[in-house]
Amino acid sequence: MSKTIVHLGLDPAKISGWDVAQPRMGFFTDTSLCIGCKACEVACKEWNEIPEDGLDWLGISYDNTGSLGASSWRHVAFIEQAVPGGRTDTPSSASALDGSDLRWLMSSDVCKHCTEAGCLDVCPTGSLFRTEFGTVVVQDDICNGCGYCVAACPFGVIERRTGSHGTKNVGLAQKCTLCYDRLVSGMTPACAQACPTESIQFGNLSELRSRARRRVEKLQLDGNRAARLYGDDPNDGIGGAGAMFLLLDQPEVYGLPPNPVVATRELGQMWKQAGIAALTFLIGAAAASIER
Amino acid sequence: MAECHPVGFQWVTEAKKRGAKIIHIDPRFTRTSALADQHVSIRAGSDIALLGGIINYIIENEKYFEEYVLEYTNASTIIQSDFKDTEDIDGLFSGYNPELGAYDNESWGYRGIEEAAAAGARELSVNDQEHQISMHGGQGAAHKIGSQGKSLSDISIHSDRTLRDPMCVFQILRRHYSRYTPEMVERTTGIPQGAFLEICRAVTENSGKDRTTSWVYSVGWTHHSVGVQYIRGAAIIQLLLGNIGRPGGGILALRGHASIQGSTDIPTLYDILPGYLPMPSASMTAGLKGYLESLMAAKQKGFWANLDSYMVSFLKSYWGDAANPENDYCFSYLPKINGDHGTYRTVMDMMDGKVEGYMIFGENPAVGSANARMQRLALSKLKWLVVRDFNLIESATFWKDSPEIATTELETSDIATEVFFFPAASQAEKDGSFTQTQRMLQWHHKAVDPPGDCRSELHFFYQLGLKIKELLKDSKNPRDYPIRDLTWDYPTTKNGEPVAEAVLKEINGSHLAGEKKGKLLASYTEMKPDGSTSGGCWIYTGVFADGINHAAKRKPGQDQSWVAPDWGWVWPANRRILYNRASADPDGKPWSERKAYIWWDEAQAKWTGHDVPDFEPSKAPWYRPPDDAVGPDALAGNDPFIMQADGKGWLFAPAGIKDGPLPTHYEPQESPVTNALYAQQKNPARQVFKRSDNLSNPSAPAEGYEVYPYVFTTYRLTEHHTAGGMSRFLPYLSELQPEFFCEVSPELAAERNLRPGGWATIVTARTAIEARVLVTRRIKPLRIDGKIIHQIGLPYHWGVGNQALVAGDSANDLFGLTLDPNVHIQESKVSSCDIQPGRRPTGPELLNLVASYRRRAGITQDTGNELATNYEADK
Repeated sequence: MSKTIVHLGLDPAKISGWDVAQPRMGFFTDTSLCIGCKACEVACKEWNEIPEDGLDWLGISYDNTGSLGASSWRHVAFIEQAVPGGRTDTPSSASALDGSDLRWLMSSDVCKHCTEAGCLDVCPTGSLFRTEFGTVVVQDDICNGCGYCVAACPFGVIERRTGSHGTKNVGLAQKCTLCYDRLVSGMTPACAQACPTESIQFGNLSELRSRARRRVEKLQLDGNRAARLYGDDPNDGIGGAGAMFLLLDQPEVYGLPPNPVVATRELGQMWKQAGIAALTFLIGAAAASIER
Repeated sequence: MAECHPVGFQWVTEAKKRGAKIIHIDPRFTRTSALADQHVSIRAGSDIALLGGIINYIIENEKYFEEYVLEYTNASTIIQSDFKDTEDIDGLFSGYNPELGAYDNESWGYRGIEEAAAAGARELSVNDQEHQISMHGGQGAAHKIGSQGKSLSDISIHSDRTLRDPMCVFQILRRHYSRYTPEMVERTTGIPQGAFLEICRAVTENSGKDRTTSWVYSVGWTHHSVGVQYIRGAAIIQLLLGNIGRPGGGILALRGHASIQGSTDIPTLYDILPGYLPMPSASMTAGLKGYLESLMAAKQKGFWANLDSYMVSFLKSYWGDAANPENDYCFSYLPKINGDHGTYRTVMDMMDGKVEGYMIFGENPAVGSANARMQRLALSKLKWLVVRDFNLIESATFWKDSPEIATTELETSDIATEVFFFPAASQAEKDGSFTQTQRMLQWHHKAVDPPGDCRSELHFFYQLGLKIKELLKDSKNPRDYPIRDLTWDYPTTKNGEPVAEAVLKEINGSHLAGEKKGKLLASYTEMKPDGSTSGGCWIYTGVFADGINHAAKRKPGQDQSWVAPDWGWVWPANRRILYNRASADPDGKPWSERKAYIWWDEAQAKWTGHDVPDFEPSKAPWYRPPDDAVGPDALAGNDPFIMQADGKGWLFAPAGIKDGPLPTHYEPQESPVTNALYAQQKNPARQVFKRSDNLSNPSAPAEGYEVYPYVFTTYRLTEHHTAGGMSRFLPYLSELQPEFFCEVSPELAAERNLRPGGWATIVTARTAIEARVLVTRRIKPLRIDGKIIHQIGLPYHWGVGNQALVAGDSANDLFGLTLDPNVHIQESKVSSCDIQPGRRPTGPELLNLVASYRRRAGITQDTGNELATNYEADK
């Protein structure tokens, strides 16, 4: 399956049977421009009518959202760290009292809308589907809350919503829809619309990808050697993401898996191995019975 | 800026993309620092030492823009020989009166105009409280002082264009800042010399004919007992570097609300009328003529010469046909001031039982004002209180859930204040305008009807006015005439909502007689002093020129020139950059191709360029006024600062500033640091209030200061808005920052056993509050004069109450009231405190804790309130 997709030039909508001339749409989140204002989180919740999920102070820098989840479809991470390798232009009289070696990374995380989407692959009801934009969306009225998708996501994005009785969509699997309802009306997703610094960019995925590559090259030329793209490679474990990121450090620093692999990719191989194992077992059992 | 103005910050990221270098100077490493090229940590309250250091660097290294300084500033002007600098009297300027704690600025004047200046000085004399009041208030003060040009009109100014005369402004400036060396900057501010020199290099390398630098500030600069002088410090730097009146230059004030600029233009301040016309004072007995004479010289230079037109048009817009030449255009109807009627004075009067009723609109003083505890106690002494807000804010519910109920200082059953709550419409539920920091008016259209009983401010005031007028319509009492005769006839729509554009038209002004009768004014230059024009705010005239609401213009940037004149409307005259004559050289040519903005077009014999020239269109660069010229004619063709009587940018302010002609580093009202520059510890002209409900911590070097050894500062977070009235009631914002916390360095956490995620109690002479502990390397200890000084950061969004989704102690409870003498702004960006691990006591025990600290520090009402340090000794 994955091979087919790569061959088709990353157009999961087409192989899902959509017969429309609609380019694949996605996000490019340039974390080097993020100011951590969380407008994306708020705009997302406003548009998608997501319930407030806890007035808890976490004490983790300025992050009181914690992680992506059923009621947080955008999550801004705040990472306070020493600049890797220190600053080269530190003034001579700077001492430990000078904070010039400090940096504060901010990054707005979101569902990756994978080319090979584990959640979609395992959904038994057909609630999760591939849209004409190439995005992956849950249909609330079909989801039965089985939760298979939750285990299948290599990023831990999709979750079943918890909450008291009466909470909207409680018990159902919930995640970013890339504002499918806005896209069909030709609108920009709420988060990208609200982002004041163009850290979240929305558009034609192939165009975004080339923009992202130009941007990372520029940052590297400017001396930001650790700058890298994440989720842009169609040959990675998810066939490339529909939401890619420009990071300034290793993915783990942002809480992202370094080499995400869709669990279902190895399904054929797993069945094969399971078959071999079963066969081996049967042969063994047969041999044992013969020996007996 | 990224923290509090994230939408505006997009232009900083845009500039950065184009190669601009961004330096962020702040006690804390914030979201702005994260995106800046360089963050510089500074001790809160020490910025004048930094700015003075930069001035010293510019002068000593000859980095100033020589031609600009010589031609466009008062650098060459000679000051009176009896002027004494702070270098001469160890931290005081000449003219200090220790009894009044105030300056007589007679000796600060220009030489050659002693006699006239003395007359001016009587006006400015601070021992006359009424005049003192009439002299300040936002921009009005400076402009008005510029208009005090009677002293400059008759006698020519002495100057030395070689800038060598020891009494010329340039030399006084050089001497004043000569000790603000990189070493002194480091000792005082905690900024390492290397980092300081990096700032100096960046600022000077990016200034000159081809480049400009801008300074952007917010209340971190204004909420100080020397706040006005902070801005003056930046103004001196910008004038020295030629960064005023040019694209990419300037000093940009970021406002805390969408229309703070608007609320000084059409003021909510007590001491000015719309358009910065001074409010008459009770001592002015000579009517309109006397008022105008006191403000304008017969031979007035500059554009304030037309003050009479602005004032009469203003009176005509208030009182219409009732205002005529025979009755002085109803000038006597205007309220008169006879003292300080500022917000803090009023609250103290409330405490003392002198105020019966109070109206609060879109403010939450029980949480957001300094000494918020005093605010709440004062509210409990009122007879009635009107609160107009979206939500039942703490200022509306103090009578049942304020912290003073918990401490048993207040009992609900004892509070007689009758509270009226009026639900307010939001900006999306009404038409209106915002005026932002660039002086740009932007119209907003109603998107939906306000829900339920919510109404706009226009509705409230208009309907209230109608009711009061109805009650007074038959009154024979002269004191009621101003209301009886008031024009009050706006067209209304649904529910009696006034048409907002009708109000804007009234502000714009109209022709009342002649050919154009009934037509809207196109420009304030059409205003007449004879009652034939009206206009509610002269600087806004033109916003409705030709019957078009220019504030509603929204032509996209790509469809117009880069100056974008068709996006909103900027006062005055849709001019985007003030004093833009300075963008051209004395001969009227652009300083450089790259920075070309306004220039003299020889062929057309007029000023032209990308913006509306801030100069008389056909006045040639080489025009020199005849000796007897008055008004605008008295300004030369190379005088860009057209609102100043001498047409020059003021490096040295001979008048208009109460606490000195040059910014000087003084320590805050409460500081654990001794002033390293002068024996004078604090601003000797600051406004102090010796009251039992306004005690101060001792400052170094006085005894007891070490009881409050730490510096704290307050600020906003992106997730909330000011005192929380608009954010703590919203789930999507409250969940992002649900609790009050303090930010401390790992070093301070270790010193005081503060556990990350635990609680801390912060104590000042006023009270003690509790906060969750956020330990972060973004706050770092500073080395000040060889000693480690810790700073604590406190966001001030939370308050104690039962209505909001999230509550918490208010950081503003920690502050006392000490004010800047020019504008009565409180020092609420720096104070001293102690911090201890754990939660604060509750009930009366809280009061005991605060009292035990006061005892240990030996605090009385006099503590910290001595104005001149060792004044006699220094004399």
